Amino acid sequence: MAETVLTNPGKTPAQTAGWKGIAADWSSDQRAFKNVSWGKAMMWIFLLSDTFIFSCFLLSYMTARMSTTVPWPNPSEVFALTIGGHHIPLILIAIMTFVLISSSGTMAMAVNFGYRRDRVKTAVLMLVTAALGATFVGMQAFEWTKLITEGVRPWENPWGAPQFGASFFMITGFHGTHVTFGVIFLIAIARKVWRGDFDVARRGFFTSRKGHYEIVEIMGLYWHFVDLVWVFIFAFFYLW
Amino acid sequence: MTNVAVHLEAEQPSLQTHAHDAIAAPAAHEKGQQHPIKLYLVVWGWLFVLSACSYLVDYFGLHGYLRWSLILLFMMLKAGLIVAVFMHMAWERLALVYAIMLPPVLVLVFVAIMVFESDYTHLIRVLFFASPT
Repeated sequence: MAETVLTNPGKTPAQTAGWKGIAADWSSDQRAFKNVSWGKAMMWIFLLSDTFIFSCFLLSYMTARMSTTVPWPNPSEVFALTIGGHHIPLILIAIMTFVLISSSGTMAMAVNFGYRRDRVKTAVLMLVTAALGATFVGMQAFEWTKLITEGVRPWENPWGAPQFGASFFMITGFHGTHVTFGVIFLIAIARKVWRGDFDVARRGFFTSRKGHYEIVEIMGLYWHFVDLVWVFIFAFFYLW
Repeated sequence: MTNVAVHLEAEQPSLQTHAHDAIAAPAAHEKGQQHPIKLYLVVWGWLFVLSACSYLVDYFGLHGYLRWSLILLFMMLKAGLIVAVFMHMAWERLALVYAIMLPPVLVLVFVAIMVFESDYTHLIRVLFFASPT
């Protein structure tokens, strides 16, 4: 067992698949995630914990909406905009959804070019992703401003159940914060990629360890997760 | 585009072959997750189509169980595509897949509990607090 994964990745013994593979990986007494670096595993575990946080928010929203005796405000009308004389339901949220999905696509491309060690394309695609993310946050700020001027507060609103405001600000606010931190994270990593840190194995400022292009994929995991959460918020809060 | 590994990967026809490949040759994983760009573009396109579909559910004002089932269907398809392809879950080993994917499923138990709880709260509110309409 001395020559297994941690010390000598090249000589990993044959790995079994299926249920036997799960049992073998978890009982191997070393590391359960054989093909995955600690950075990637930690990001996945962080995302799992974040899943629980957003689950709790959506659950509390569900509970509030199911137990109220006052009608819930119709999100289709609340988030409608009048553009060029046309009254279009939920249009702002639809645009935000498309912006975020586009950013997920550019992020996936960035990961791909990162592993091809295409420094410039990776950095540019990450910056495009960051720009789309910032656009999303900007539109969310617009949405918040619109609702606040219309009288929506965490404890009341003009249209119905008072819990609407609390759910809305909590859920979208927490998601928007995630997007904002994602944008900062993206810019930081894009700068490193652009400078060629991962080509010359430059040591990191905080960790003094050499970075790898894998950080682009780990960053991508976070960004896709933010998009994933929006899929659920879009379905449950805006469409339901 | 000069990377040999990229060309080899690009010739794999299906996801299934990919998965087998990743398990059979862990050394290939050292290069990271490399898949043909076309795959990402196709998934990207599908995410746009599915988002448009779920928006149209609201635009056409569908109601009742049709609306809810369509919303859930498009939501699950989008979530599946993002996790499987964009987050590369389709190519990870099952030990990681199950460790990450099973716990969120258990949230459904929490959902069931809160459905009963809110039904009860609603009943109490109707009985004692709601003003007659």
